[in-house]
Amino acid sequence: MAHLALQSVTKSFGSLQIIHGIDLEVGDREFVVFVGPSGCGKSTLLRLIAGLEQPTSGEIVMDGKNVTGVPASDRGLAMVFQSYALYPHMSVYKNMAFGLENAGLPRAEIEQRVTRAAAMLRLDDYLDRKPKALSGGQRQRVAIGRAIVRDPKIFLFDEPLSNLDAELRVAMRKELAGLHAEIGGTMIYVTHDQVEAMTLASRIVVLRSGRIEQVGAPLDLYNRPNNLFVATFIGSPKMNALPAEVIAMDAGGTRLAFGEGNTLVLDGAIGGVAAGDTVTIGIRPEHCELASDGPADCEAVVEFAEQLGGETYLYCSAAKLEQLTVRQAGQHMKTRGDRVRLSFPQERLHLFDAQGLALRHGHDAAQRS
Amino acid sequence: MSIATALTLRRGRGRLHWTDLASYAYLLLGVVLMFGPVLWLGLSSFKTQAGLLEFPPSLLPTSQKEVSVSGYDKPLPLFNVTLEDGSTRVLAQARRIGLQAQMIDPAEPTKIIRVALDKRIPLRETAFAWSNYTEPLRQFDFMRYLGNSVFVTVVATLITLLINSMAAYALSIYEFPGRNAAMVGIIGTLMIPITIILVPVYLVITWLGLVNNLWAVILPGAATPTGVFLLRQYMLTLPRDLIEAARMDKASEWQIYARIVLPLSLPALAVLAIFSVMWRWNEFLWPLAVLSKSESYTLQIGLNAFQGELQTQWNYLLAMTVITLLPIAVVFVFLQRFIVAGIANTGVK
Repeated sequence: MAHLALQSVTKSFGSLQIIHGIDLEVGDREFVVFVGPSGCGKSTLLRLIAGLEQPTSGEIVMDGKNVTGVPASDRGLAMVFQSYALYPHMSVYKNMAFGLENAGLPRAEIEQRVTRAAAMLRLDDYLDRKPKALSGGQRQRVAIGRAIVRDPKIFLFDEPLSNLDAELRVAMRKELAGLHAEIGGTMIYVTHDQVEAMTLASRIVVLRSGRIEQVGAPLDLYNRPNNLFVATFIGSPKMNALPAEVIAMDAGGTRLAFGEGNTLVLDGAIGGVAAGDTVTIGIRPEHCELASDGPADCEAVVEFAEQLGGETYLYCSAAKLEQLTVRQAGQHMKTRGDRVRLSFPQERLHLFDAQGLALRHGHDAAQRS
Repeated sequence: MSIATALTLRRGRGRLHWTDLASYAYLLLGVVLMFGPVLWLGLSSFKTQAGLLEFPPSLLPTSQKEVSVSGYDKPLPLFNVTLEDGSTRVLAQARRIGLQAQMIDPAEPTKIIRVALDKRIPLRETAFAWSNYTEPLRQFDFMRYLGNSVFVTVVATLITLLINSMAAYALSIYEFPGRNAAMVGIIGTLMIPITIILVPVYLVITWLGLVNNLWAVILPGAATPTGVFLLRQYMLTLPRDLIEAARMDKASEWQIYARIVLPLSLPALAVLAIFSVMWRWNEFLWPLAVLSKSESYTLQIGLNAFQGELQTQWNYLLAMTVITLLPIAVVFVFLQRFIVAGIANTGVK
């Protein structure tokens, strides 16, 4: 059982405040992913949990006990570092056994635990090798193995896949998901890659500049982002954000003007805005539709097209609209300079106010059907 | 690469490029500058006292040829003599009287030939005066001095490595207020020469009752600022992640020091060990001050005994200097392969 709670935790380095009061609870067996752009404080937050840094204020509570002042070695956590941090002068076996030796476990148990972890991670054949004789993926597995053998209360991962090539990263991602299913520990994982966050997490914590922007299950964040930052950060390619103005709001609906002379009408009134307010319309690339002959909401010019076979990405622009990304299933033979007519199904539209806070969410596919 | 290919490496294909000539000339100059004095020392250590004082000096040790002649107790020196009739003969000199020498032919020892001193040239041959080595080893308590020197060098080097690595660990791994001030203070002591602190340190040693004890040589220099600086700079390059990973692995600070940082600092420790061995082995002024009884002499102080107030036995001094140089050369040959940095970075990425 491992339950972790952060209570208004802050961290400053000198006069520079990195973490601005974080409150967060992590339940037992959860896989929580901290995601955010670089410099958002996600690694610092992980190091605070690990005990490698001391918070400037606030408390860290683990299983009901305040561990804020407890040194890293006594917190019973294990961490996988971005650089793997394998001890270069020790063999794979020694690397994995080091923590257990320090804990004073009997030799037989150390051997049993290391052998079991090595089998789980397919490292049996490499136990006598030094880290420098291993490939990137193998080193990564040793680093994970070093954490597993400890049987820690919480596993901490600091961007563990960022040094691997794309293919290996996908493979390791699957292995990590499998590992969590198999050993079922509590895991906290830091990444800047929203795909890793979406695929691994049971809950995602989106961070920006040392503050939590939103916490939720991956699809909740995707479907109901609290604000424009989360909306554009989660999802790839990112959500289109179209600056717009509320022209009128009456019984006929809310009229929005965007781009050059384009209008959209949303059913009903929207709380929090009045005619004349500046808003942002959000629409995900996969929700933009190519209107063949019916009415269109916007006309744009293709700047660049990516044909992936199964799907097509069109990067378009229109007057006063910087970039509009369209993702269509199947193959659409469009090239640079082609004019496309786009329609935005209104049930898919998100709306954000001038401060970027969400006013309205589009419905996800499940809700619609 | 074999030594032969290494020695004949060149840039030009077929013909020698001018840079080949320039670099070989430069390397040759370096070899002569560095090995010339050592070679001179080595060859001179086989010369007799008279041979050393000879002018013009010769490179190889030489001595006058001698022959034993019946009727004379001692072997007689041989000379090339130009006789009055213009012919030259090899004769042995029986005795010298004024400007005349009485020479005899070794084949017929009874007939004495009188020859002017300037008509004879000594016959020389290359001869190694091994007695330079054997004599002092017999008379002079070489083994005791060697033992003292080895004890001082080994114990002092071990203590130096231990103390300096612990200081360097604290100064590189921990963040604490005054860390840089402490480092500056340590580096600052580099500027104080031994001659300045000779008297105060001597007083401390006297007070501790360590005069004429080898520990008096070992202890004062055990913590060297150079060593702390060298090790700290190296430890700063160790990835912080490794230390933090060890902390997460429940390692105590002593375990991190002994099992992570020390093994990874091996290249720097080897360099410091070599330096420390050289310093300790060649140390002269301080041992001279605190060691006054001959049974506690180190080799360097023992060598000093050949240098009297009125006369210096150069032949013995040179021979014993060669013996003193050998261990340090051997140590260097064996340790230099450890001076390969970069073991520490192989586990990261």
